[in-house]
Amino acid sequence: MTPVVLWTDALIFALLAVASAFGWYSRHNPLLRSAWQKVGGSRAGMAALTLLAVFAVVGLLDSLHYRPRLESAGGDGERAVYSGEVLSALDALATGLRSRGEKTYSAPLATHLFARETVERADGTQFRAHPRLRHGGVHLDDPPAQHAADLARRFAAGALSGAAIWMVLAGVVALRLARRESVGLGVTWRRIWRGDTAVAWNAVLATFAALLLVAGPVIFLADAYHVLGTDKVGQDVLYLALKSVRTALVIGTLTTLVMLPFAVALGIMAGYFGGRVDDVIQYLYTTINSIPGVLLIAAAVLMMQVFIDTHAQWFATAAERADARLLALCFILGLTSWTGLCRLLRGEALKLRELDYVQAAQAFGVSQWRIMARHLLPNLMHIVLIAVVMDFSALVLAEAVLSYVGIGVDPNTFSFGTMINAARLELAREPVVWWSLVAAFVFMFVLVLAANLFADAVRDAFDPRIAARVTGADSGVKG
Amino acid sequence: MIAYIVRRILHALPILIGVNLITFALFFVVNTPDDMARMQLGVKRVTPDAIAKWKADRGYDKPLLWNEQAQGSARLTDTIFFRKSVRLFVFDFGRADDGRDIAREITTRMGPSLAIALPTFLLGLYVTVSFALLLVLFRATYFDLWGVVLCVAMMSISSLFYIIGGQYLVSKVWNLVPISGYAEGPDALRFLILPVVISIVGGVGSSTRWYRTIFLEEIGKDYVRTARAKGLGETVVLFRHVLRNALIPILTGVVVVVPLLFMGSLITESFFGIPGLGSDTIDAINAQDFAVVRSMVFLGSVLYIVGLLLTDISYTLVDPRVRFE
Amino acid sequence: MSPPLLEVRDLRAWIASGQGAVRAVDGVCLTLNRGETFALVGESGCGKSMTALTLMRLLPEGGRIVAGEVMLEGRALRPLSEAQMREVRGGAMAMIFQEPASSLNPVLNVGTQLAEVLQRHVGLRGGPARRRAAELLAAVGIPDAERRLDDYPFQLSGGMKQRVMIAMALAGEPRLLIADEPTTALDVTIQAQVLELLARLQRERSMGMLLITHDLGIVSQMADRVAVMYAGEIVEEAPRDAFFAAPRHPYSRKLFAALPTARRRGASLETLAGSVPALTGEFVGCRFAGRCPDAWERCRIEAPGWTDMGGGQRVRCHLYGADGHAPQVRRAEQGEPTEGSVPAEGDAVLRVRDLRVHFPVRKGVLRRVVAQVRAVDGVSLDLAAGRTLALVGESGCGKTTVGKAVLRLIRASGGSVSFDGRDVGSLDRAGMQAVRRQLQMVFQDPFGSLNPRMRVGEIIREGMTALGVAGTENNRAERVAQLLESVGLAAGMRGRYPHEFSGGQRQRIAIARALAVSPRVVVCDEPTSALDVSVQAQILNLLRALQENLGLAYLFITHNLAVVDYMAHEVAVMYLGRIVERGPAVDILRAPQHPYTEALLKAVPQIDAERRRPVIMLKGDMPSAVAPPAGCHFHPRCPSAFDHCRSVYPQETVLGDGRVVRCHLHS
Repeated sequence: MTPVVLWTDALIFALLAVASAFGWYSRHNPLLRSAWQKVGGSRAGMAALTLLAVFAVVGLLDSLHYRPRLESAGGDGERAVYSGEVLSALDALATGLRSRGEKTYSAPLATHLFARETVERADGTQFRAHPRLRHGGVHLDDPPAQHAADLARRFAAGALSGAAIWMVLAGVVALRLARRESVGLGVTWRRIWRGDTAVAWNAVLATFAALLLVAGPVIFLADAYHVLGTDKVGQDVLYLALKSVRTALVIGTLTTLVMLPFAVALGIMAGYFGGRVDDVIQYLYTTINSIPGVLLIAAAVLMMQVFIDTHAQWFATAAERADARLLALCFILGLTSWTGLCRLLRGEALKLRELDYVQAAQAFGVSQWRIMARHLLPNLMHIVLIAVVMDFSALVLAEAVLSYVGIGVDPNTFSFGTMINAARLELAREPVVWWSLVAAFVFMFVLVLAANLFADAVRDAFDPRIAARVTGADSGVKG
Repeated sequence: MIAYIVRRILHALPILIGVNLITFALFFVVNTPDDMARMQLGVKRVTPDAIAKWKADRGYDKPLLWNEQAQGSARLTDTIFFRKSVRLFVFDFGRADDGRDIAREITTRMGPSLAIALPTFLLGLYVTVSFALLLVLFRATYFDLWGVVLCVAMMSISSLFYIIGGQYLVSKVWNLVPISGYAEGPDALRFLILPVVISIVGGVGSSTRWYRTIFLEEIGKDYVRTARAKGLGETVVLFRHVLRNALIPILTGVVVVVPLLFMGSLITESFFGIPGLGSDTIDAINAQDFAVVRSMVFLGSVLYIVGLLLTDISYTLVDPRVRFE
Repeated sequence: MSPPLLEVRDLRAWIASGQGAVRAVDGVCLTLNRGETFALVGESGCGKSMTALTLMRLLPEGGRIVAGEVMLEGRALRPLSEAQMREVRGGAMAMIFQEPASSLNPVLNVGTQLAEVLQRHVGLRGGPARRRAAELLAAVGIPDAERRLDDYPFQLSGGMKQRVMIAMALAGEPRLLIADEPTTALDVTIQAQVLELLARLQRERSMGMLLITHDLGIVSQMADRVAVMYAGEIVEEAPRDAFFAAPRHPYSRKLFAALPTARRRGASLETLAGSVPALTGEFVGCRFAGRCPDAWERCRIEAPGWTDMGGGQRVRCHLYGADGHAPQVRRAEQGEPTEGSVPAEGDAVLRVRDLRVHFPVRKGVLRRVVAQVRAVDGVSLDLAAGRTLALVGESGCGKTTVGKAVLRLIRASGGSVSFDGRDVGSLDRAGMQAVRRQLQMVFQDPFGSLNPRMRVGEIIREGMTALGVAGTENNRAERVAQLLESVGLAAGMRGRYPHEFSGGQRQRIAIARALAVSPRVVVCDEPTSALDVSVQAQILNLLRALQENLGLAYLFITHNLAVVDYMAHEVAVMYLGRIVERGPAVDILRAPQHPYTEALLKAVPQIDAERRRPVIMLKGDMPSAVAPPAGCHFHPRCPSAFDHCRSVYPQETVLGDGRVVRCHLHS
């Protein structure tokens, strides 16, 4: 195989580097450290962080891309041929899910297709029946008789494995805590569950318990069934949902990453310099802000689509093309949402400018740029951080709406928006095909709820008073 | 105060010009009319003649900014910039790519859009402000705690699910109102009730939480303590003192969207089959009708700027500090 | 015998915080009679304001009353329901707060806010309520009361707002008025007006008044009885005269000893070591033991009870107990005012000539400049090496603007500032850097003047790096250590962040930062006004020692005349952007020639009974600097103004001995 680094992959890893650098900086700065400790002590915040971490792992696995080597029919001397299809580490782990497609709809954990089809008997007579699935439950000889027992067995095995893993995990946490605090394991264990630890380990462990008790059975069942059913073209819905996570994360994080430098630089400059500079920057963001978000996005995406279509030769694979569109969407969303942060930072910089420590630096003749970098920026970082975490959930929700409207990601990109778009007419079917929508709903709800709870914890820890002024992404996509 | 308003209006002009330039750049500079023609015609039918005809039909066959061939002032006016962008200032939107008159389309579709957006806005404001006040009145109790939890949960659900779920339950399972469609006159109520309710429910979470934060911030201020020291009851403190002050930040977020109500809502209208401007915009986006999208972008910006003006004026009503400037 | 107006027994209130419950009020007992003014004195954080809020049952969120009894006119308040308590609040018991600017609702007019109380407690509405409101405004000395009812708070000056607050408190006809630092946010001439008003109203209505303050001068002027609070508890209680004659508690005595006065000029002020203990736990011994110079074994293991000293004075201190060794208690100080060591007057290092700073006022559609705020309007000063020039004035007079214009932090509109003969205004960047090495500034707010995200070492080093002082990084690090030690901090503290330090320590760091580039002149902008008096003493001592050792010259900007008296060699008094009088400190403070200087001096509440003198009440507020009055700016408020004053601004009159005054009385 040959590794492929898509643009968004590169940016995701850049983001990871930025986040680690910020983490390192926070460790060595007592103010930031104590704020993070507050986040660590918040039970809702830590439970949310645990969930987000799991989503992040899925997203990161899905960001390690490669092109598999094709089985070459010829001898060893031939040059390796690589598939045009770009796969990720997640695809490799979930090969089963990816490759075991069915013909069309099948309900969760089913053994037969959802719709009747005309089947021809060996004697040539035809009748209508639910045909067996190609993959789901094929190991059963007599599905009606064995199905329930098989499900129960797999479920139990999964739950037990989940519980076992959890026990190991909890043990490791308790042991490490016990060693650090030099107290007995039993004492530590009781402290954890009484909530007497600096970090809310009880929330982390409880979240893991819930996660493992769901994930264990799902993994055992997914081996032989489609846990969340299949969609119209027979793709496993669980696979679709897992693949959508990366798109949501990319939109939620990279958008902020690409707009951050502009928002921060312009906001601080406007606030610090005032006068003409301020006038120009204010004019810039008021103008951009006055175009309703959805319409600006719609216009920009339409134009980008034309641009990509007319320059199709630039992209080697379909994945690269879809990736370019995803990245462009991030830029477009960033363009429409930087104004809110910029305005907020301008206002705060305006206040900081009058503070005595800035005046003291001026009295020493410290240069303007240095004052902005050393005195303003570090004292505005918490606002940037709060804005970033608060924007995340709004952007994930916006992606779904935009993709639904047709101005979001490439139709071939897995995303919650495309999932919903594809499934929206299914509720009108008789009987109802509900699983795609429910899967998208559950995944999105958990992701966005976790993001919201985490954002609240961060906001409360870093600056509770900012709440009335930061109101999340100003992308104007409300539907 | 008149000077104040006049000044705000003068401020708005350069912004409108800026918006106009941005739309022009977006629609004609990023991609040339040739690109658009190729896109619209599809790969198979692209011939130089077809492109030329497509452009001529829609008036895109002129130079962008400067017409060398024309005489006198027509050198400036007989251009795409003048015909397609500058004319927007006099609300001359021209024709859609499929030949419809955009201005007429806007006037006929405004009604249904407003019929949904206005009740949603007013009822929604009433519901969320009341709910937020209720939470604040019972602050630091379990009612408040669970109210906030409910808000966070509700704002974590995509608006798409509210619509899909609402339509499924109310229209399909319970059969109370039609799933979608629209009628003129009093009959419209049947079609409007579900989209309005769903839109309100979808927005309750985030708005309530925001208003609650604003109220709480006000409640921590010194003048509230003074009001309590006078022996006033908690409800009087909340309604007479806190609400009046909290209106100032709330207005900033609320008044600005009032003019935009004319544009309706993209998602709601398209889901419920309401023939408003929102669904028209969606159709235009899907059909890649650049002329309509361009008009909507400009119209939306004009309405937003009107909203900014209304916000400024509304401050003078609630904030004596601005009124007596 | 009727019960006392207010009786508080063992009141305890806790406030929830991140570090556990703070015992802000921890066993307060007090009795207040009708017609009596009872002063509760203490430094910030001692729980005096919390005591007031506890009495009103208006504790902030997270606060709760844990124990104790509050009896108002014999009626127990704690068992009352919230609805019954509302009847009491603003009715029998009213309160005014420290910040008049934020304590009034900005969007309701004055009449409405007054009418609320009248409706609630007197049952007046409509016309009668409006008439009564106007009467109340007139009673608190607001001219043109009828028309003022329709004004909004932002249209009133600070003093007027506080008068409105007082009128609101009076509207319910209270028997007890709680005044929480009612004049702290006001200028000294306005403070005199408000104190006089409070005293008059209290006399007329024979109200009881619980006056909460940190200012011993105000206590001396207003109170019948005094209680000193420390760390949540009252440590001493006495009739005023007994207290001022002989404060007993070591803490009370320290408070007096820390006050800067002319008599202590040239000598160090007494200071308090350490800081107020954390209030999150139970105290075992005396809560002052850790800072007490007289503490011994018993103080650390046993909390002192009340010891009656006779004459209504009692104190919580083991010194006066059975085995105590009561110290000599005479507060009166020996000696006459001393001059201290005054360096000979040399040539001026800093010379300011006709300095003007105008800010444009823009109005109308095109934002044209329609007027100028003449914040500084022709100020001339001379400051010689090693001397202290105090620039005195009330808020808004432009004194801080002068300081910033001298450092070119604000561009001057006219005039010149020259340093060592070089014109600061016309210097290029390099030349200015050279001046900045010699001319530095210390700011007012110790919390706003240090960047919270920088380590102390970085803060001090910043100036050295920017100005290229002290060569290599190693030298600089060494210099930082030296500087920290020279301002009384440990060199090891350089790695810490500002939030780990108290207000006084932060001000020391700010001083070290200014000293880092070895300046010759330091502009000190109200360096102690945000600090408690015991901490102020430490900073003043430090500044004085530095002046002696390093020969620094200070441009000392302040509104605190006691500090001027202690520190300054020369004084310049500013009013509305101009200097109205300047000259040697001793002369000006003893024998002021300008009526404004005289009024300013007499408005300061004095501690010593023999120096309590009739206050010259200035009418009204300082006018706006946009439209200063014609003629002498001071004439509308001047008790001695005559016709000429209303038309011509007085020229400088030289009185000899380097005294200059701008007043027609002397020309």
